[in-house]
Amino acid sequence: MSSITSDSRKTTRSRSQLFTTYASEMAIFNTRVKKFWIFFGVLGVLVIPFLVQRDMVALITTVFIYAIGGIGLNLLTGFAGQVSLGHAFFLGIGAYTGAVLGGESRGNVIGLGWDMAIWLPLAGLVPAVIALTIAPLAARVRGLYLAILTLGLVFIGEHIFKEATPITGGAGVGRAPAEPVLFGFNLFANQEIFGVKLDRFSVYYFGVFVIFVVMALAARNLTRSRFGRSFAAVRDRDIAAEVMGISLLKMKSLAFAVSAFYAGIAGALLSVVIGRISPETWNIFLSIDFLAVIFIGGLASITGTIFGAIFVVMLPKLVNTLTGYLPIESGVGQGALLNVFEIQSIIFGLLIIVFVILEPRGLYGLWIRLRNYFKAWPFSF
Amino acid sequence: MGEFLASLVRGLGLGGLYALLGVSFVIIYRATGVINFATPALMVLGAFFAGLLGVASGLPFVVSVILAMVIMAAIGMIIERITLRPMVGRPAFSAAIVTVGLFIVLLIVAGRLIGSELLTVNDPWGLSTINLLDARIFQVDIARFVIALVAIGIVGIFLTRSRAGLAMRATAIDQEVSLAQGINVGRMFGLSWGIAAAMAALAGALLTAGGSGIETTIALVALKALPVIILGGLDSIKGSVIAGMIIGIAESLTRSYQPLYAPWLGFNFDIIVPYIIMIIVLMVRPYGLFGTKEVVRV
Repeated sequence: MSSITSDSRKTTRSRSQLFTTYASEMAIFNTRVKKFWIFFGVLGVLVIPFLVQRDMVALITTVFIYAIGGIGLNLLTGFAGQVSLGHAFFLGIGAYTGAVLGGESRGNVIGLGWDMAIWLPLAGLVPAVIALTIAPLAARVRGLYLAILTLGLVFIGEHIFKEATPITGGAGVGRAPAEPVLFGFNLFANQEIFGVKLDRFSVYYFGVFVIFVVMALAARNLTRSRFGRSFAAVRDRDIAAEVMGISLLKMKSLAFAVSAFYAGIAGALLSVVIGRISPETWNIFLSIDFLAVIFIGGLASITGTIFGAIFVVMLPKLVNTLTGYLPIESGVGQGALLNVFEIQSIIFGLLIIVFVILEPRGLYGLWIRLRNYFKAWPFSF
Repeated sequence: MGEFLASLVRGLGLGGLYALLGVSFVIIYRATGVINFATPALMVLGAFFAGLLGVASGLPFVVSVILAMVIMAAIGMIIERITLRPMVGRPAFSAAIVTVGLFIVLLIVAGRLIGSELLTVNDPWGLSTINLLDARIFQVDIARFVIALVAIGIVGIFLTRSRAGLAMRATAIDQEVSLAQGINVGRMFGLSWGIAAAMAALAGALLTAGGSGIETTIALVALKALPVIILGGLDSIKGSVIAGMIIGIAESLTRSYQPLYAPWLGFNFDIIVPYIIMIIVLMVRPYGLFGTKEVVRV
């Protein structure tokens, strides 16, 4: 028997689908190809800040943040099957929790100025607790009723954000976000690490990347656990799931809470990138952005969510770059057919439609198709 | 007393709009099981066409609104054929997400069509008022209420009395059995989208009557019809009329009295009243006042 274990490395190298130990089969990155891509992905992420402009670094940071928020929504919508239009509400709660606990108090706006080690977890936990209080109500309603309920949350939340001036700065004014100072180390300032000078965008980029990796791996493991399978059962046939002994209330509440936790973290991190947060940020269109992330990226897939986040965040940049070549106008012009912002929104909308109709698995599905084509080559069809 | 009466009538006018939009949602929901999140955008487009035909072409208000309804019905049918027909047999929430995408696209298109100039519908009421028991009542509110009820009545008669209406109701009950009876189910889907889009167009024209300009932001008003259908029940036309009135009056009364009696709730609190009512209703009756309780099987 010992020879099998010692040879297992060699065996996996020769046949990718053949697993000789349970551990190697159950590993998150169980094939060589996955390990290869993860390795080069991480390598790429580490190199990028030294190759591109500062605004691009900030944009990629936003990709990570959107991926965190998108993973949260995907756990709820993709894995547990509960459609939510209220993601922006939880992002907002997270952002303001972070801002109150970690921001400066200025004028009549509250800020406690605590360390990031305290405000970041709480920025996730507070939305999660709020989600738990709403969950019993959400668990009562099914399908599209839930979508409308969560839509209501966004509007009520926007009103509260506008009125709670000591916390949010009030409508049209806004406030400064939390200071990302982790154990005295400022993640949003120029730093010198191991002799390498980094500007503040790059420092924050690496900080967010670490948080993103931790949260993505946690989500991936959650979906592989007992809870992940329960989520899938609830999504596929909720009554049957209940018959099998899965408590719908518990599972839906859990999905809601975890989703809100991710949203809260994403909201708090996003507010640092934005720089100044106003109550109007957390509206229905932000929720639709996150729906676009998961529907374009791929439902019930963590990898797909990352694709989706890259796509959704990079699209404006892409459109901006193409502006020179197409009959569109930068800024708010009347002369051209459409301006840049309108082009982005329309592409968004159209892509949501096209992907849902033609490829419900999103970009991840396209990747699977591509992969299978080359896997079966030259006998592809 | 005068102020109460005035806000009551304003609430009825608003309720009429909500009822129209609610019927628009309900008709599509009954036929296809999908909540059409694109309705607000359809409403904005309808208002645009009414304004364009009324002001730019100088047609009378009634003619321009009816033409706008016809145009929107055609657009609704085309949209259904292209984007929603492929979704038949797929999960309802996927189809709903398609309508969210449609919402964005149509809203941008509408915003582009409207442009930056102020566009209004040339309605005969404007800001003129009548005095009743020392209350100043806007004529447009009465018009909204009456026209909405008449339009919903016509749809109701169509559904109960006509052959196509019978076919639509049959489709709503069971699509496969309807197919077996020789009903063209796909055409019924298209018809329901046409009626719904026409209703939304009428609501848009009535909303922008009374002196306000046509903008894309009026779409947010139409989103408030979603609480209406939750309150009334997703599949009940009667429910959406009654719920529309309840929510319209509640919103209007809040607007009049909340700044006086509960100023701590903040400015424009009336905008979120429909959503609060909806959440309370969902706690007590998850299927609304008149909705059919869903029978679920494994």
